[in-house]
Amino acid sequence: MAGAKEIRTKIKSIQNTAKITKAMEMVAASKMRKAQDRMRSSRPYADKIRNVLAHLAQAHPEYRHPYLSDREEVKRVGYIIVSTDRGLCGGLNTNMFKAAVRDMMEWDDQGVEVDVVAIGRKALSFFGRFKCNLVAEADHLGDSPSMEDLIGTVKVMLDAYDAGRIDRLFLVHNLFINTMTQQPRIHQMVPVGGDVDKELEHHWDYIYEPEAKHIIDGLMFRFIESQVYQGLVENIACEMSARMVAMKSATDNAGEIVKELQTIYNKARQAAITQEISEIVSGAAAV
Amino acid sequence: MSMTMHIDIVSAETEIYSGTVTECYAPAEMGEVGIHPRHAPLITKLKPGEVRIVLQDGDHQSFFVNGGILEIQPHVVTILSDSAIRAADIDEAAAKQAKERAEAAMADKRSDLDYARAKAELIEAIAKIETIKKLRKRQ
Repeated sequence: MAGAKEIRTKIKSIQNTAKITKAMEMVAASKMRKAQDRMRSSRPYADKIRNVLAHLAQAHPEYRHPYLSDREEVKRVGYIIVSTDRGLCGGLNTNMFKAAVRDMMEWDDQGVEVDVVAIGRKALSFFGRFKCNLVAEADHLGDSPSMEDLIGTVKVMLDAYDAGRIDRLFLVHNLFINTMTQQPRIHQMVPVGGDVDKELEHHWDYIYEPEAKHIIDGLMFRFIESQVYQGLVENIACEMSARMVAMKSATDNAGEIVKELQTIYNKARQAAITQEISEIVSGAAAV
Repeated sequence: MSMTMHIDIVSAETEIYSGTVTECYAPAEMGEVGIHPRHAPLITKLKPGEVRIVLQDGDHQSFFVNGGILEIQPHVVTILSDSAIRAADIDEAAAKQAKERAEAAMADKRSDLDYARAKAELIEAIAKIETIKKLRKRQ
């Protein structure tokens, strides 16, 4: 019965693992609901500020913000990469890093250098090992991040853009489509890619109070911040749903393995009993 | 056609109000502005204070904004506030405490950064208290 005992211990340990994954699934499910609410409630701001900026791009201010105009020569680009702090969420981070690295390689082939800002511990450890220039990082932002946590890291990149050290700035994060599907997204933040319809362009301008430069600068900074924030909350919603799905399949798999092991265990036990009976019978026959 | 406009008040964290109004008052940086439909396009910064809207049925509603940006299009007004709450939800005691805290922080200024932050907090707390006072008077 030595084999049976081993199988029993194995079943026990897999059942314990299943308990843990089940608990993690439930925790992720409840966090997911909150994360999705947060994502939805901060969407109006991001949408509205994009609208205002689209209007602004159509207006004809005497002052044109540097973020609105493309630079012809690209020597160095920046990436802000939003990842999760914790693992056990399936291929969420890996898929995103792959997409980001593929994009960076394209720049690399053109002889363009790449700067990286990592948000979240996973990005930090991945891009720390990767051959690229890590300029800033922010991690341990928790499940309900606030805008203030991001200001510093975003400012590093914007300062670099202002100083001409980088010529493009991209944001990489996971896009929440639904609970089952998340998609890595690489999005150009600066210069702001506004598809201004030439037909719709009106010859009007805002009244600026106080002067245009002051307001447009403030608006731009807020816009970038809100984009990064939106990316971050969206990524958290993705993390939670990806974790929930991953943990659910882990629990299911554990259940299947337990079932298989149980069959093996039953067979082994039955074989042992049969053997014993036949020994007794043959022993009795011999007497 | 009645003269109305659409207003959206959003803060970074959530949407506060969205609907049709006939008038709107907001604390712009250069002084309070009153907005009626078909106002000229304007963009300005807001300072902490009260945003008041008049609904179609003549009802008033107040919101407290902690600075932000105001965009006016002839029939659409957008208020992008850093944080906004319905004026009725302001906790007066908390606002007074915040004011005292900020004043104390300003009194022992250790560095310029602390001083600037304390000043911003003080302005915000005072604006909150003002909003509550206005709201009381109207009731």
